[in-house]
Amino acid sequence: MSGGTQGRAVFSAETAADRVVPPTGFTARLTLFAAAAMAFLAVFALALSLATGRLADRWASELARTATVRISTTQDQRVAQTRAALKVLETTPGIASARALSLEEEQALLEPWFGPAMPIASLPVPQLIEVIEDENGYEAEGLRLRLMAEAPGAVLDDHTRWRRPLVQAAERLRTMGWIALALIAATTGAMITLAANAALSANAQVIRVLRLVGARDKFIAAAFVRRFTLRAFSGAVGGTLLGMLAVFMLPGASAEGSFLTGLGFQGLHWLWPLSVPPLAGAVGFLATRLAALRVLKGLM
Amino acid sequence: MIELKDVNYGYGGADLLVGASLSLGAGSFHFLTGPSGAGKTTLLKLCYRELQASSGRITLFGQDARDMGRDDVSDLRRRVGVVHQDCQFLDHLSLAENVALPLLVSGHASDPGNLKELLGWVGLGDQAGSLPAELSGGERQRAALARAVIMSPDVVIADEPTGNVDWEMSQRLLQLLIELNRMGKTIIIATHDMNLIRAAKAQVSARVVRIKDRRLQIAGADL
Repeated sequence: MSGGTQGRAVFSAETAADRVVPPTGFTARLTLFAAAAMAFLAVFALALSLATGRLADRWASELARTATVRISTTQDQRVAQTRAALKVLETTPGIASARALSLEEEQALLEPWFGPAMPIASLPVPQLIEVIEDENGYEAEGLRLRLMAEAPGAVLDDHTRWRRPLVQAAERLRTMGWIALALIAATTGAMITLAANAALSANAQVIRVLRLVGARDKFIAAAFVRRFTLRAFSGAVGGTLLGMLAVFMLPGASAEGSFLTGLGFQGLHWLWPLSVPPLAGAVGFLATRLAALRVLKGLM
Repeated sequence: MIELKDVNYGYGGADLLVGASLSLGAGSFHFLTGPSGAGKTTLLKLCYRELQASSGRITLFGQDARDMGRDDVSDLRRRVGVVHQDCQFLDHLSLAENVALPLLVSGHASDPGNLKELLGWVGLGDQAGSLPAELSGGERQRAALARAVIMSPDVVIADEPTGNVDWEMSQRLLQLLIELNRMGKTIIIATHDMNLIRAAKAQVSARVVRIKDRRLQIAGADL
């Protein structure tokens, strides 16, 4: 029986090998529980990976196309330098638009920190200019030099300084999520291998008799492979459904705290967890098959 | 069919068999005798490749035992029916399922009519559904014989088949083995029961080999 044939036999009705190996209650429950727990964790790791992936993409794309020019100067110079800076920006290739923020907009930006009653007009708050790039982008160093010449109080902030570590952090989180998934798969395989070895040891006499009456290793392995594959699969189905339910019940994403509350699945990403049970079944199949053939090779 | 030439077998530094040579031809009938612990079971296990010789050459159906892969060994055991001393049943399966086990593991369909006939041949027609634990020693030995022959093997090896049964039952088992031999099967029986050997020699042409001092000898006219 080849691996492919054995794979198909796993999902067929009871095989001949199943009938000759007695059921093993404890290892069955252990495998089901382990598979369910691992699938539950896998769903969360998947949600983390996908969410951090979205976050990294969003930060990378949204912030990459915006910049801010900050004009810090005396009140009497403020209007003139703002005008000069806007003129420079309007004539710079790669900039789609540049707009000076109004006092109300600047107040709204500071409101979360200082409250609505802050008298912003009487404070030396710098003038901010919002810059939007076009698809070609601009040359930052050249623009800085021109701004320095035309509006000495203007400082270009292209967000690189704080955007890069944020994107890097999100990308690392995404990588950690995938590593966690790989570790969960490996741990599932290790647990199933242990349970399969226990079942094989418990049935050593049955295996010996089967060998003595002419059973081939693949026939004997088939009984264990089928059982553990189905247990891994059905345990993972339960764990995945519970995991998806738990993710669904997480608080929804909001503008105020999207990093912490946006960890769920979005759109077609809800289909991804459905791959967990078949993968758990595949891990169960391979782990048990390797364990069974290794143990059987030790017998005459 | 089975040939041993200058075979030595040792375990844990001790020699259990020294220079054993034996040839089991097609349709032959052999008794293997010797005191308990002489190495009878060891010699039989070498014949169905449950043990490997330390040195010497064993040829099983034309193939060197040392060159046999695991699947080859499985195929060999489908051609050699073995009645084990302790029967080796699966306790959770019924008598009929145990007897049909060689068919099941080799992928052959079990014909209920043939199975019933076989169980009737060994006198267990009414106990097909019984579990091994519910059978007496003699019934277990007869069931083991039925399992050994269900694949219609070329060779039947019986290791002390009458060890745990009374005289009447041992005669019955012997008759079954003689009947198989008349059907052309090669038979080898390990026993230390001289009366059984004498009873068989009255009916078939049987060779007797004896293990003495770890060596295999052809038994003489003292039988």
